[in-house]
Formats: sequence, structure tokens, C-alpha cells
Amino acid sequence: MTTVAAVPTSVLKDAACIVGVGETAVCRKPGSGLSELALQLKAVDLALDDAGLKARQIDGIMPFPNLGRAEGFAANLGCENLRFAATLNLGGASPVAALRVAAMAVATGSANYVLVPGGWNGFSGARTREIAAKDSDSIPGAAIARDYYLPYGLSAPPQWYALMAQRHMHEYGTREEQLGAVALAMRKHAQLNPGALMCGKPMTMSDYLASPMITAPYRLLDCCLETDGAAAYVVTSRERARDLRQLPVSIMGAASGQPYPADDIINRKDFHRTGLTSAAPEAFAMAGVSPADAAFAQVYDCFTFEVIQQLEEAGFCRRGEGGAFVENGGIELGGRLPVNTHGGLLSQGHLLGIGHVVEAVRQLRGDAGARQVKDAELGVVTGWGDFGDGSIAILGRAD
Amino acid sequence: METANTKLLRPLPLMEGLTRQFYDWCGRGELRFQRCTRCTAFRHVPRELCAECGSFEWDWAASRGRGTVFTYTVVARALHPAFLRATPYAAAIIELEEGVRILSNVIDCPPEKLRIGMRVRVDFERQNDSVTLPVFRKLERNGLPSTTHTPEIQETR
Repeated sequence: MTTVAAVPTSVLKDAACIVGVGETAVCRKPGSGLSELALQLKAVDLALDDAGLKARQIDGIMPFPNLGRAEGFAANLGCENLRFAATLNLGGASPVAALRVAAMAVATGSANYVLVPGGWNGFSGARTREIAAKDSDSIPGAAIARDYYLPYGLSAPPQWYALMAQRHMHEYGTREEQLGAVALAMRKHAQLNPGALMCGKPMTMSDYLASPMITAPYRLLDCCLETDGAAAYVVTSRERARDLRQLPVSIMGAASGQPYPADDIINRKDFHRTGLTSAAPEAFAMAGVSPADAAFAQVYDCFTFEVIQQLEEAGFCRRGEGGAFVENGGIELGGRLPVNTHGGLLSQGHLLGIGHVVEAVRQLRGDAGARQVKDAELGVVTGWGDFGDGSIAILGRAD
Repeated sequence: METANTKLLRPLPLMEGLTRQFYDWCGRGELRFQRCTRCTAFRHVPRELCAECGSFEWDWAASRGRGTVFTYTVVARALHPAFLRATPYAAAIIELEEGVRILSNVIDCPPEKLRIGMRVRVDFERQNDSVTLPVFRKLERNGLPSTTHTPEIQETR
């Protein structure tokens, strides 16, 4: 079904490492008080300091779509020798997809140090959920959503994705308590992360089931948080990584993909196929490992069902088995595959998926504190965006 | 349903190009989809060429207008101001007998009664002088349209 191009990508295996990560605090009221550029620059500063790099050494920048231009970052940071700038238009899947492109850039000498920033005032600024009412060009599918979805009352991500969740529940018997198990696992992990917005606010299944319906089957507690915050990471070559401050985390495999058609959810022959369906086998083949080798997975959790769907499409279980996979603590610390050990978008805060990369790096460095996965040497991070664009990276401790 | 003191804010398609042609047929009371004249594949949403065979040749072929509910969501909290007073409402993907799917509303079915697999048939709702939207009604077991009343269109001030 999916053609895996193992040969051309194998040159990228372990060619590049993540050498620095940074994350600001996440907050809601009263908001960050910073511009989205300033907020991101705070995270960049933390990532550079973590790596032991000077800003002027950065010669590649990959901004998140619609959240700033490379020129602006470079001018603020003093990057006088910017050689590589690119933005991937995969929505929330962009930062993990950028791991592959950053690896390509450093492996080919197109850049020495690639910075991937992202951050926003997701609470105090414009709310994603209301964006279509203001600017339909900014939503996935743009004209298609405007002309064929909006007139019928679907304008925002939870509504589009609820269509997928409902069909999955119909075909495979996935239950609302299984969606709830995802929300509970993220909340449980957030209790171990002092930086998580929901630290100190535990949740029970009764709380979950009692939360108000937003767009069935999604309740309020199926939906990610809207927060202000930023995160960033830096990638360089394996050779350069050796001279830096931290234990490098190797990009063993990375890939991205799109569903078909990517710009219309409605008319997909295989309704459950997402970008991850083709990206995951490519990334695992590149890394030379299988899903069973992962000590953890940081899975882009915009809504609960998307975690179940990505676990299936990434190959952690078969399609239709994701509901059972997440039940009974299956994705909690101590379970078969701890997922989103930081609390994720659902309970830590919405750092656009870069927070998932940051957490994967912390786990592999052994810096995750109370939520550390024991002996974590290899982990997976995924991204999800727009109408099901997908990205995945297999990360491991560098030798 | 639009009265002098209410303004319909339901977002409507931009009537340009192929989208205009699609909705213009709806205005004439016909649901038509692009059909490739080479390989006869139906397609929706409108595209410039046939993704199955690569042909640029196509026509607007009439649909029987009958299908089943493929999936749906019941919106309890509106995320667009035009639908604030419409909640709860359902949006459903309808799979037509011709094989194409379309997002729409089943206008004579209360949201809590909507089910995947439910048989429906097309109807049309005029929005203004230029736009008519295809909507759906339940199809009863005998194959006849349901006679239930039409609920009101979502209107906001």
C-alpha cells in the first residue's frame, strides 16, 4: 500500500541531532504580555543557552506557519549569516516535520545550526477556534472549507475531527470512555510536571463524562488547552553536536506525509488514512527500528481521538485497536507505552507540538524528573495538522 | 425565513468559478457533480481535472440525490457567530449513490436522532438571490421522502 523509499533517506539516519531545547512558561490569564515574536525569542534564548550556542551561530531558521518570518528572527537575534530559511505548511505537524528538513539542511551543508521556533498567544490573542469567522483563508482547505463546510456550520478543528472520531466509533466500536482514557492519562502526567497548566488539577472519569459537549463526540475535556507560550529547538550535525553542552539526541528517522486529498476531509476513499499512515513506516524504516522499540511516544494531542488514531496509523497497534490500547493505563507512565509524559496539549499547554519535541529530548537526556521513563533510550514524537497532515520522528540517545 | 429585522449571517460560498457552477445547479433544483467524460468517475469538491485518469474533459452529471449518512457531528457549542442560536445542530457527511460524498445538514431530523447509515435524499434551501444550498431529508423505508416539517434556518441578528 505504502511505498517506503528507504534508500534515499537512509543517508539521513543519525546525521543530525537536537542539541538545544527551550520552553517558556505556559499561561492563560492574564496572558504572556509579550508579542508572539518576543515570546518565541524567549524560548529561542533558552534553547541557545541549553545548547551552549551563540545566536550568531544560527544560520538556518524554520518558523512555524503564520507565526513570523525568518528575517524577523534573524534580525532580532543577530544572525548575520542566515543561509537557510523555510516554513513547512503542515499546521501542527510542521515542527516535527521540520526535524527531517533540518536534518537534510545540516547533512547537505546548507546550514550548520537550524533553529525551529514556535509560540503564540493562543489564549490572550486570537483564538484558533474562532479564526474561521474572521479569516477563512487562514484555515486548512481555505476555499474548500469556506465554500463547502462553513455554510453547514463546521468552521473549526474539533468539528472537522469529530467527523473522523464518530466514524471510527461506528466502525470499530471505539467508546467515549476510551477517549476519556486519553484525557485522563495526559492529566495524570501533568501532575508530575510543575510546568503544566493543569498541574495540581487532577481529573477523574466522572469529571470527564460530566464535562459539557462541544461537538459530539468531543466534550470540553477532549479538547486541547488554549494557552500563551513558546518553545524552540536547535538541530546540528552529529559532528558539531559532540562539541556542545548537552548529550545530543539523534534524529534516527523522520518523515512527514499528507492524507489524500489533503485539502478535503470529506472525499477520502480511505477515510482513516492520514499523513502519518505513510510517514510512520518511512520513518521507522529509516531508523531501522519498529514501534515496539519505543520507550515512550509524544503524540500530538489536539483532541483525544487524534491520539488513538495516530497510535493506530503509526503502527503501535492495528487500526481499530487504538481504543483498547489506551485503556487501563496503557498509555500512562508504567503502561505499555507512556504517551505525552509532559501532559501534552491537553494538560500541559499548547506549544504547537514543539513541546512534544522538548519533552522527548528531556526524556532521552534523563532530565524528566518525576515523570522520567526509566532507561529511555529511544522514543517517538508525532505531529498532526490541518486536515490530517502527519509527521513523525524517531529519536534516540546519540552514542 | 429572512425577515426585515433579521440578517442572515450564515457564511455562504464565494460564487466564483466551478463553485459558482455547482451552486447554480442547486439554484435550479438539481444536484449535479462533475463527472469525467473519459472514465466516468464522479468527483466532489470541484477540481480542474480527473484525479483518476488525468482527463480535463468533464460535464455536470445529475445525481439521483440519494445517499446515506456516512458520519456526523452534533455541534453543542457554536464556534462561529452565525450559528450561536442554531445549537444543537448536526452537520453530516452524506455518501451519495454515485460514490461522492458531500457535507450537509439533514434538515428534518433532530440531531439526537441522526444515525450513520440513515438514508436521505436531497432538497434545496434558497439562501438569497444567488445562493441555494443542497440539504438533505430523511428517506422513509418505502423510499418516499419524509413529510416532517422543515425546521427554521439558523438566523442571527
